[in-house]
Amino acid sequence: MNKPAMPNSFRTGPDEQGMFGIFGGRFVAETLMPLILDLEEQWSHAKNDPEFKAELQNLSTHYAGRPSKLYFAEGLTKHLGGAKIYFKREDLNHTGSHKINNCLGQILLAKRMGKKRIIAETGAGQHGVASATVAARFGYPCVVYMGATDVARQSPNVFRMKLLGAEVRPVTSGHGTLKDAMNEALRDWVTNVEDTYYLIGTAAGPHPYPEMVRDFQSVIGSEARAQMLEQEGRLPDVIIAAVGGGSNAIGLFHPFLDDKDVRIIGIEAGGRGLDGVEHCASMNAGRPGVLHGNRTYLLQNADGQILDGHSISAGLDYPGVGPEHSWLRDSGRVEYVPILDDEALEAFQLTTRVEGIIPALESAHAIAHAMKIVPKMDKDQLVIVNLSGRGDKDVHTVAKMLGMEI
Amino acid sequence: MTTRIDRRMAKLKSEGRPALVTYIMGGDPDYDTSLSVMKALPASGSDVIELGMPFSDPMADGPAIQAAGLRALKGGQTLARTLKMASEFRAGDDETPIVLMGYYNPIYIYGVDRFLADAKASGIDGLIVVDLPPEMDEELCIPALKAGVNFIRLATPTTDDKRLPKVLENTSGFVYYVSMTGITGSALADTAKVSAAVSRIKGHTALPVCVGFGVKTAEQARVIGASADGVVVGTAIVNAIANVLGPKGEKTADPAEAVATLVSGLAQGVRSARLAAAE
Repeated sequence: MNKPAMPNSFRTGPDEQGMFGIFGGRFVAETLMPLILDLEEQWSHAKNDPEFKAELQNLSTHYAGRPSKLYFAEGLTKHLGGAKIYFKREDLNHTGSHKINNCLGQILLAKRMGKKRIIAETGAGQHGVASATVAARFGYPCVVYMGATDVARQSPNVFRMKLLGAEVRPVTSGHGTLKDAMNEALRDWVTNVEDTYYLIGTAAGPHPYPEMVRDFQSVIGSEARAQMLEQEGRLPDVIIAAVGGGSNAIGLFHPFLDDKDVRIIGIEAGGRGLDGVEHCASMNAGRPGVLHGNRTYLLQNADGQILDGHSISAGLDYPGVGPEHSWLRDSGRVEYVPILDDEALEAFQLTTRVEGIIPALESAHAIAHAMKIVPKMDKDQLVIVNLSGRGDKDVHTVAKMLGMEI
Repeated sequence: MTTRIDRRMAKLKSEGRPALVTYIMGGDPDYDTSLSVMKALPASGSDVIELGMPFSDPMADGPAIQAAGLRALKGGQTLARTLKMASEFRAGDDETPIVLMGYYNPIYIYGVDRFLADAKASGIDGLIVVDLPPEMDEELCIPALKAGVNFIRLATPTTDDKRLPKVLENTSGFVYYVSMTGITGSALADTAKVSAAVSRIKGHTALPVCVGFGVKTAEQARVIGASADGVVVGTAIVNAIANVLGPKGEKTADPAEAVATLVSGLAQGVRSARLAAAE
C-alpha cells in the first residue's frame, strides 16, 4: 500500500547530504570531515570546469585509449544460440581494466587540490595498478594498501605496482582482503590529512566518493549507449555487469537508468553458495549497515560485526557494495543476482576458448549470467556485458582451481 | 538535567584538578576479566570510565586497540554483553560516569531506540561514536540527547574555528580533543600545541575539554592535565592487559592488578598537574 512512488528519474542522486534514499552519507571520524567537505567543494568546481574536463578527455583518449570498443562477441553468441552478446571492452584500456577511468579523474583532482602524496586500497590489484600508473605519470609518491591474502593471489599485479614505483603495504588484519586494506588506507589518511589524497577505487566510501567515482566511470555506459545505437540502431534489451564495490557496474548502468525498457542486472559474487558465509553477495544475503563511511548492504552478524566473505575473484571479495547499488536494489530498478565461483570459472574458460579473450574473473561473473539467460532470449535481442578487465592477472588462480601447475 | 558526567566534572573543577579518563575495551580478553578490570578502576584513581564497544573494523584505532577488540570478540563479547557489563558495574558504583565508545554499526543493528533505552537502564551516561560527525546528528546524537544520554563529540586538529561551533552544537558532558591527526596509540603530539588547541576550544564552549590520543605515562598526563579538564588514557591501559597475556591468551598475571598499578601512577600524574602548573 505504502510502496514509494517510482521516481521520475533514477539519475538525480545523491541528495545534498550524499544520500541515495537511506544509503550513502558521511560516516567518518571528525578528523576526516573537513577534508571530505573540501573534496566535495573542489569536485563540484572541477566537474563544471571546461579546462578540467578537457584535460581528462585528452588523457582518456591518448593515454587510456578511450573510447573502448563495443565488440560483437560472435563466437559466444553462436555457442549459446540466443540473443546477440556485445562486450564493452574495458579490458583494452591502458592498465587492463576500467579502473583507469576513475584514477585519471581523481589524480587530476589531487593535482588541483595541491596534494603531495597518493594512497589507495586494492583488492585484485587492478585499482592499485591504475593508481600506481597515474601516480607515476604525474610524479606522485604512492602507497597501496593490499590485503596479505590478495598480495599472495595477485602477485603479478603486486610486481607491476612495484615497477611503477608504488609502495605496496600488505595488510594482515582480518582475512587480509579488500575490506582490511580499506581500513588501513583510512588509518593512513586520518594520520596524513594535510598532504595526502585518498584515491578510492570503487563507488563506495563517504560522500562525495560514490558520486564522483560513478561520474568518472559513467563514460562506460555513455559510450556503450551511443555505440549500440550506432551499431544496431537501438538500445540493448539487457545490460549486465559484475558488482564488488560496484564501480564498473554503476559506470555502465547509470546512463541507462532512465531507459525503462533496458533490463539491468548486477552480478554479485556467490562464492561457494549463499547458504553459508563463503560468498560476497551483500545485497542478496546481507542487510543495511554502516561501514567505510557509508550506509549500504553489508555482510554482518546479528551483533553488527562485519563478516569477511569469500570470492574466487579478489576484486569482488568485499562484504559491502556502493550505496547507489543498494538504493537501486531497494527501488527495484536493478536486479542483483549471485554467480558461484564454479560458474565464473566456466565462463572464464569458455570466453577464452570461443572468443580468444581472457576475461578478468570479475567480468567472468557477468559473462556467466549472460550464459544463463541468453539461450532463452530471441536471436534479435541485444545484451551488453561489461568486460571490465583482462584476466592475465588471474591465470595463477585459475590454474590452481583447475589443479594445474604453471 | 545533569548526568553523572556533569556532576563528576563539576566536583573535580571545585577541587581544582583535571579528570583521569580511562579507556578499556569491553570484554577484553573475556567478560569476567574485563568486569574485574573495570571494577578496579575507580579505586585506582580513574574519574571517568570509557568502555569500548568492540567492532570488527575499527578504522580510527591503532594496532593495540584493534587487537583488544579482536580478543573481546573472540571471547564472545557483543553489544548486549557490554551493556550487561556496565549494569553489573553500576550495581556496585552509582557515582563513576560510564561513557560507551566505539563505532556506529553495532548500535545501528541493535536498533537506536532499543539501544538508548537499554544503555540508560544499564547506567550509561555518555556516548562517543567515532564515525558519527555532526553531519549525521539525526542518526543517534539527537535521539541520545532526548533520552538524557550525553553525546560527547571529538574535536581534532583539523576542526578549525569555522567548523568548531558545528561540532560543539549538540555536544554535552565534555568535549574530547584528539591531540593529533592519527589513530589511537600514536606518539603524543607537541604538548604546547595541544595546550593552545584546548584554549581555542574553551573560547567556544563552557564544557570541560578532555584530551586523548597518545597519552601513555604519568608525566604526559601531568603535562596535558595542566591545561585540559581531563586526560584520556586508552592504549597504555589496553597494553597493560595485553602484557599479562601469554601467546595463547592465558593470563600470566592478574590483569586487574596490572591495570590498577598503571592507573594509580597516571592518577598521581593527573593530580599533580595543577600543582606543577602553579609553580
